[in-house]
Amino acid sequence: MSKVVVITSGKGGVGKTTTSANIATGIAQQGKKTVAIDFDVGLRNLDLVMGCERRVVYDFVNVIRNEAKLQQALIRDKRVENLYILPASQTRDKDALDPEGVGRIIEELKQMGFEYIICDSPAGIEKGAQMAMYFADEAIVVTNPEVSSVRDSDRVLGLLAAKTSRAELGGPAIRTHLLLTRYSPLMVKRGEMLSVGDVLELLGIPLLGVIPESKAVLQSSNKGSPAILDETTDVAQAYLDVVFRYLGQERQHRFIEEEKRSIFGRLFG
Amino acid sequence: MAFFDYFKRAPKSASLAKDRLSIIVARERTGTRSGPDYLPALQQELLAVIARYETIDLANVTVNLDKSGGCEVLELNIVLPDTPPPPPPRLSATVSA
Repeated sequence: MSKVVVITSGKGGVGKTTTSANIATGIAQQGKKTVAIDFDVGLRNLDLVMGCERRVVYDFVNVIRNEAKLQQALIRDKRVENLYILPASQTRDKDALDPEGVGRIIEELKQMGFEYIICDSPAGIEKGAQMAMYFADEAIVVTNPEVSSVRDSDRVLGLLAAKTSRAELGGPAIRTHLLLTRYSPLMVKRGEMLSVGDVLELLGIPLLGVIPESKAVLQSSNKGSPAILDETTDVAQAYLDVVFRYLGQERQHRFIEEEKRSIFGRLFG
Repeated sequence: MAFFDYFKRAPKSASLAKDRLSIIVARERTGTRSGPDYLPALQQELLAVIARYETIDLANVTVNLDKSGGCEVLELNIVLPDTPPPPPPRLSATVSA
């Protein structure tokens, strides 16, 4: 049984690609055959964040146009077994993705035994974003605790309920999960940032996890190595929780409250 | 004075954000997710009726559907043209749906 999961948000820069890279890596680490597809045609970046940009020969659009075989375009991750990346094309042709082509490739990936097909959506609500969500069984909506991001996430939830294969064919609704990223418990405590509770109340979908604001995210993209691979950071721990929770394990939510520091920690930290 | 400003309680920006969002999100949802799609047609038909009696300008007509509490409020606002006899009539009808 394969699952198609779209990582979406509406707004740009909230952490879709970071989340796609980390969740795909985390799921593959648990022994599930996983592929991450970059749907951001023209602005591909998943390859860079995952550190395989120099190994891109063929891409998603080449496969759709039958210029290459799917096996030729898939990049096998060198660090994690069972993990593959299907890079986006750098073409400027906006209509490069069409439902028939995308559906065909997803079907082929399922036939190849991929258990999790992670679709990294581009920002916006235009064709690229709609193609990324069209065949989804589940959606992870990445949101920052910030007004424009929350508003855009709500718009995307509307699209997920209306403009997808499931919605059009009258199937069961897409399961949606909220992932709150760039969260700062200290700012929330000071009343300077929307809290998890606020965002949950506004969007009304279940919480998958909270990723704290952290330098580790930039450092990992600098290196082209998903943060989840360095288990010492809080971001890695948060993404690990998310992966386990997503795979059905009970995990307490962390990184929501400010960590209590000792007086020495405060003085010398 | 800056010294006293320090003790002044400024409104927390997070609660401001939440209030603004709850309004805009609710409004956008009525338009896209759950709102009826007959509003444009309704507007056209109402206009046709009114146009039989009055010359009206399309720009001066607004049709809105708002949710307040448990009930939906259909608001129709038509500004009639400035024609003698004065004063310019302003017709506003509120229908509970």
